[in-house]
Amino acid sequence: MMPDQELDTPAPPEIGEAQLALLERLCNACAVSGDEGEVRKIVLEEVRPHAGQVTVDALGNVLVSKTGQGEMIPRKSTAGQARLRVMLAAHMDEVGFMLTDDEGEGIFRFDTVGGLDAAQLVGKPVYIGKEHVPGVIGARPIHLTTRDELTQKITLESLRIDVGPGNGGKAHIGDRATFATQFARLGPSLLAKALDDRFGVASLITLVQQPPPNIDLLAAFTVQEEVGLRGARVAAYSFDPQVAFALDCTPANDLPPWETDEGRIENTRYNTRLGAGPAIYLADSSTLSDPRLARHLVQTAEALGIPYQLRQPGGGGTDAGAIHKQRLGIPSISLSVPGRYLHTAAGIARLDDWKNTFALIYHALSRLSPDLFALER
Amino acid sequence: MKALIQKLVETDGPSGYETNLRSLVRSQVEPLADQVWVDNLGNLFARKGKAEANGLKIMLAAHMDEIGLMVTHIDQAGFARFMPLGGVRAQNCPGGRVHFLNGARGVIGVEKLDDPGKGPAIDQLFIDLGASSREDCPVKVGDVAAFERPFIDMGSRLVSKAMDDRIGVAVLIETLRGLKSSPHEIDFVFSVQEEVGIRGATTAAFGLDPDLGLAVDVTSNGDTPKGTKMDVHLGKGPAIKVRDAGMISDPRVVAWMIKTARQAEIPYQLEVLEMGGTDARAIQLTHAGVPAGCLSIPCRYVHSPSEMVDFNDVQHAVRLLIALLSQPVGLE
Repeated sequence: MMPDQELDTPAPPEIGEAQLALLERLCNACAVSGDEGEVRKIVLEEVRPHAGQVTVDALGNVLVSKTGQGEMIPRKSTAGQARLRVMLAAHMDEVGFMLTDDEGEGIFRFDTVGGLDAAQLVGKPVYIGKEHVPGVIGARPIHLTTRDELTQKITLESLRIDVGPGNGGKAHIGDRATFATQFARLGPSLLAKALDDRFGVASLITLVQQPPPNIDLLAAFTVQEEVGLRGARVAAYSFDPQVAFALDCTPANDLPPWETDEGRIENTRYNTRLGAGPAIYLADSSTLSDPRLARHLVQTAEALGIPYQLRQPGGGGTDAGAIHKQRLGIPSISLSVPGRYLHTAAGIARLDDWKNTFALIYHALSRLSPDLFALER
Repeated sequence: MKALIQKLVETDGPSGYETNLRSLVRSQVEPLADQVWVDNLGNLFARKGKAEANGLKIMLAAHMDEIGLMVTHIDQAGFARFMPLGGVRAQNCPGGRVHFLNGARGVIGVEKLDDPGKGPAIDQLFIDLGASSREDCPVKVGDVAAFERPFIDMGSRLVSKAMDDRIGVAVLIETLRGLKSSPHEIDFVFSVQEEVGIRGATTAAFGLDPDLGLAVDVTSNGDTPKGTKMDVHLGKGPAIKVRDAGMISDPRVVAWMIKTARQAEIPYQLEVLEMGGTDARAIQLTHAGVPAGCLSIPCRYVHSPSEMVDFNDVQHAVRLLIALLSQPVGLE
């Protein structure tokens, strides 16, 4: 059910140079699951001057409550007299590595943290620990590799992180490591590690700084999403919101179709496409999105002429998966910026997709009213 | 009761999209319950009775949802690809028919398999909706369907694509109808999204925080040719769950159920299921923990379009539940 009349919603803040600079800082920061301090520090700096209440919970989530300031929207139903308590979640953590065994001479065995494919790690420069000690995931050069070895799948057991003997003293078992990729702008695109989910973090910081006035904004900058939606679970328990949105970044597997003996093969598993706008979730492994919220996002995008796409229903999960099952159940949905090559050393995304994602979430929040939930799911 | 079962299985309710089924169940329970409501995820609650001094707050759960599918892509020739909602088995799909919530119908086809002996994977399947192009396909990405197969009444055996868990829903409705007096406050919960991970019961149990919980769901069996080794048989009575992969039933609850069945001379079996899980798991683990168990209806060919139960087992399940709920609960 949509509001009786078009709400007079404020214009959203612009995603401009300041937000890009913020995204760059966030992407270059290292915050592997369980060790999110570096991103948390940036978040706290950015939100403290703007937020009513800021806490860091026991797991390390940053929880920001910002009470709505605008006038209450007059509604027919009594439920409509109150501002909605709306949770927005973006995860601070990224996938990476943990050193597990010191083999001497600056050579370390390591394990992956979050979803990473061993075959995509070979030869990548990394930073280790809070001091960003540089290292590399070593690879044997091709002229010393046998033909048999080239056809075998690369296993994690065969890989090492090499920081060199001089740096050995600064890297320790238990330290996290992540890709050393530096943020770059490529024309209309952005290249960085950890776009998943620094896009969400940057968007959410911007929302805290300039929130839509009609809602009580409950912002959760969550930890440990990549290892099983752990932070969001306790954050949702704390906030006990009436509705929740997860802001994330989802893969675009949209490379052009390829030719085979049987002709052109249509790509049926693109997940999302770059340049097609924010990706609205209907279903993934963790959540069947609340259909009322899916309709609300689609109708908002169409009413305002914001491009959007439906993320292909399929696998994967977001913080919404943990949030919607908390307490009495919380109507939830996810909205993502599409990005290519996520969970590898470097992702690529379009600036316009981010701008449109931010515009869509801002307008959707501005138009959010308790009437949406007058109809049962 | 057979008419009710038929109505329930002929109403589609894939996980997350239980609206039509909820309307039907609500129309059944509203005249029988003291209070009826729906929560944020779509669980339907029907409350009956007040807890007396020797009574408890009891949660009963049967899930409304069934396995189904959601469209992920429409190709240029108008074929739809899909993802399963819940534990859809790819080998049960080819040649099957599906019914979309928007009314469209389709049949499931399969790509040419490199190794026909291996059976297909879900991503080798597609739905043919009779379209010839993406433009004239009557469904779009995100549309949801249930499997389609007529109900069969074989006399004592009943067959449908959605016995899991409409038979549990029917048992709860008939229990609510048949229960004349009880010292307990009983919440009959018709839950959502069980097939995708016991999601509805999780929030329902949190909301109720009951003293005791029972799920009513189907269980597997071991009485078909070269079947799984399992000592559960169709027609030998409802099964009292001892354990499954998701829960070890509270032994006191199991003992109470056995004792009550014996006293009331209702046939029963004991169920040890090596896989699976039910809403009872969510009840058991909510808040500070809840004594929980499960009454199972033996069912053949679970998660196929032809799930079969024995009607006598179903009726005995209703009798046993009424016997359990009519008296104070003694957990020893």
